[in-house]
Amino acid sequence: MATWPVLSVTTFLPLVGALFIMLLRGDDEAVRRNARWVALWTTVVTFLVSLVLLARFDASSSEFQFVEKVSWLGGYASYHMGVDGISLPLLLLTTAVMPLAIAASWRSVQFRVKEYMIAFLVLETLMIGTFAALDLVLFYLFFEGGLIPMFLIIGIWGGPRRVYATFKFFLYTLAGSVLMLLAIMAMYWQAGTTDIPTLLRHDFPASMQTWLWLAFFASFAVKMPMWPVHTWLPDAHVEAPTAGSVILAAVLLKMGGYGFLRFSLPMFPDASADFTPLVFTLSVIAIVYTSLVALAQTDMKKLIAYSSVAHMGFVTMGIFAANAQGIAGGIFQMVSHGIISAALFLCVGVIYDRMHTREISAYGGLVNRMPVYAVVFLLFTMGNVGLPGTSGFIGEFLTLVGTFRVSIPVAVVATLGVILSAAYGLWLYRNVALGALDKPSLAGITDMSRREIAIFVPLIVTTLWFGFYPSPVLDLSAVSVAGLVQHYQSSLGAAATAAVIP
Amino acid sequence: MNAYPVPSLVPALPELILAVGALALLMLGVFRDNSQRLVDVGAIVVLVVAAFTVVMLPGGTLVTFGGSFVVDDFARFLKVLAFGASAVAIAMSIPYDRADNRPRVFEYPVLIVLSSVGMGMLISAADLIALYLGLELMSLALYVVAASHRDSVRSTEAGLKYFVLGALSSGMLLYGCSLIYGFTGTVSFAGIAKATQEGAGIGLVFGLVFLFAGLCFKISAVPFHMWTPDVYEGSPTPVTAFFAAAPKVAAMAIFARVAVTAFPGIVPQWQQILVFVSIASMALGAFAAIGQRNIKRLLAYSSIGHMGFALVGLASGTAQGVEGVLIYITIYLAMTLGTFAIVMSMRRADGPVEEISDLAGLSRTNPPMAFFLGLLLFSLAGIPPLAGFFAKYYVFLAAIEAGLFGLAVIGVLASVVGAYYYLLIVKVMYFDEPAPGFVPMPVELKTVVGVSGLFNLLFFVYPAPLLVAAAAAAKSLF
Repeated sequence: MATWPVLSVTTFLPLVGALFIMLLRGDDEAVRRNARWVALWTTVVTFLVSLVLLARFDASSSEFQFVEKVSWLGGYASYHMGVDGISLPLLLLTTAVMPLAIAASWRSVQFRVKEYMIAFLVLETLMIGTFAALDLVLFYLFFEGGLIPMFLIIGIWGGPRRVYATFKFFLYTLAGSVLMLLAIMAMYWQAGTTDIPTLLRHDFPASMQTWLWLAFFASFAVKMPMWPVHTWLPDAHVEAPTAGSVILAAVLLKMGGYGFLRFSLPMFPDASADFTPLVFTLSVIAIVYTSLVALAQTDMKKLIAYSSVAHMGFVTMGIFAANAQGIAGGIFQMVSHGIISAALFLCVGVIYDRMHTREISAYGGLVNRMPVYAVVFLLFTMGNVGLPGTSGFIGEFLTLVGTFRVSIPVAVVATLGVILSAAYGLWLYRNVALGALDKPSLAGITDMSRREIAIFVPLIVTTLWFGFYPSPVLDLSAVSVAGLVQHYQSSLGAAATAAVIP
Repeated sequence: MNAYPVPSLVPALPELILAVGALALLMLGVFRDNSQRLVDVGAIVVLVVAAFTVVMLPGGTLVTFGGSFVVDDFARFLKVLAFGASAVAIAMSIPYDRADNRPRVFEYPVLIVLSSVGMGMLISAADLIALYLGLELMSLALYVVAASHRDSVRSTEAGLKYFVLGALSSGMLLYGCSLIYGFTGTVSFAGIAKATQEGAGIGLVFGLVFLFAGLCFKISAVPFHMWTPDVYEGSPTPVTAFFAAAPKVAAMAIFARVAVTAFPGIVPQWQQILVFVSIASMALGAFAAIGQRNIKRLLAYSSIGHMGFALVGLASGTAQGVEGVLIYITIYLAMTLGTFAIVMSMRRADGPVEEISDLAGLSRTNPPMAFFLGLLLFSLAGIPPLAGFFAKYYVFLAAIEAGLFGLAVIGVLASVVGAYYYLLIVKVMYFDEPAPGFVPMPVELKTVVGVSGLFNLLFFVYPAPLLVAAAAAAKSLF
């Protein structure tokens, strides 16, 4: 049916835009303007093309769709692309957030605009590729390649401690990933291929699964990030430019969750079952501990970063509950967090562009001068808290339901996190937006411009839409999730039977 | 009946072309004034013709000189690389002397061609005598070019250091050879392989250790690396670029050939040596480079580390591993030559500079140069999708296949540590405030940087030709 390779076009379109920007010459105002517009149009067109994927996607099948396969690497690996109900929502999230990130950088990035836009477009290609790759080597290529543009984005356009933050980000992630690379090689020798659909049907020996699982876990736990390897995230978030934080929170963190869903759970079911208590423990610690840490922050971005770690705890918990509710909730929570955290970082960006500080104590009473901003900020704070009616609620609810079926104590402790998130969320909102506007520096602050409002409108709409009517996301992934759960349970059942028969 | 048949000279045709060419160029340089330009171009032409001849030789495995000289796919692959790298090194040296207004010595390209003869001999060596002959022929020319700036104290010191330590390593190598000969009664690799089929006594293993020690010297693997930083720093930069490239190819080639064809019966014995050497090289290369301020010293440690990575492939002792080594060394060549071309372009109005801090803010004073150096550094660090990643991928793939998990884990962790110092340079170029800019790059260096940069960037698009060639070359050893 598909007469043109939609998936590859979606993946590599941003790269074409980047090449185009590269051809722009000079460093004057015209080049900067052109670079911005080219980047914006590229991301918008990419988003529109990705909607073609959505339109043609058959949600009633758990098979990979839009599959493209070309020989590559002389028989060791192939260029194999495709999406299913698990990767498509995340892919769409990526293409949807990118135009907003570009638009958010319109005014705040004033120097080396050309390079900035190139870095973002290259990053988009690599992010889309990560979700669409159906070959482990190809996946690794996209997954790791994303480090280079992000390293430069944080390092060049970041805040005062940007060098420290970007090195930490790069080296943490790299150290986790190289172990995964070795696991990929071991899988190649065991199964004779790095083709993901084939590997999904391959039974790895139980003893090998343990090691492979740990190696993949090292990579995804850092990327996610899970406690205790989360410490790079607050630094990276605080120092990154606004759009960098947005992409980091909205997309890059989701790669960890995607990895667990795509690899750990279906390929190493026995090991996943063995390690579920570990993941639950780390998730619960992340939820409670980082929420408490968030309460003590004085920097807005840092607070939101810690809250991201807590929310990702819900995702890992839901995924490893390994039932339909938990996994669907995990996917939904990833999409929802992608929207809400992106919006929160944009909210911080709005006032940071005006005041050039992220200290919570520097603000207060913004509602008096910025009523529109106060409403928007309130909405997303509530979304972050998980108020019913916002998409944040659905994700947290489903993951908790899924976990409750597996382990009641874990679900009970995790629910504490919901309360704590309300505590720090409301505290942040109260200190920034409410009260009297008595700080003289804030007297001249202006409300959001039309450009800024335009950026927020799609985010507001989707947050409320998915909050009241989450079916679009859930239906998209339902069949794939059911297939995954069934495969997982039957592998475990087979292993249990094998254990009984000596 | 002729008791002494004249051996077939066809397999050695490339080396003969090089030898005759070198002598002719020497004559030209001596007897004609102002012939430097001609000698430079002539040397490059001779190397290119030799590389072309290698490709054009009849297929299959050719053997001559009573079995001591062999041309197989493995030799073809590496000779093309080595001769090509030598030609590039000569091309890169031309603008360097021109910019310094230094009278260019015509002996320099001639010596490189002579050294290439040694490399060809070394790559094709099939017995210990030929090995030693090739190694010395190659090294003697290297000692001289290291000291080629004879008025510079640093250069002469580097040459002397290299010579003394090189002589020491030759001594060890010879001692190893004599032990091996003594215990097996033969110098030919095939004969040694036959004698060691049933395992080897302690005496032979002793000889093996000495032989490997000598070879480790040449590829500057730990613990025989001490000369590298000093020689790299002291030698004129074009010479350093040459050292880092072609001789490494030849030495790595003979390392693989000796290990695989002469000692296939005692793989566990030499495997443990290589595992140790490889881990030590990767670790030292990664950690010692962090503190360096001089970019040539840094690249010296980086090359030590890279040799460690290449040895990971050899340590696995399989065809897969040798294929990994060949891919690694090819990509390493591309990365190294490109990087050194940029180091040579680090030149202000008052002369060349070589501190890392001189690169500060290069992304603003010279964006293309910064882009390409950044690219090469990320590639050296092994970050996908650049070529350096695939180099590491294939050697570790072989190590995993051979069950060397400990080596692989230590190796990848060392590559993370190594990434740190490459990133430091990227940081200096991209995040720091600009230092004064450099003078424009000469066209020769621009070409080298462009070609190697694009190779590294676009390798992943169509990697099949290199992979196929390397696989065929590796297979010819087994």
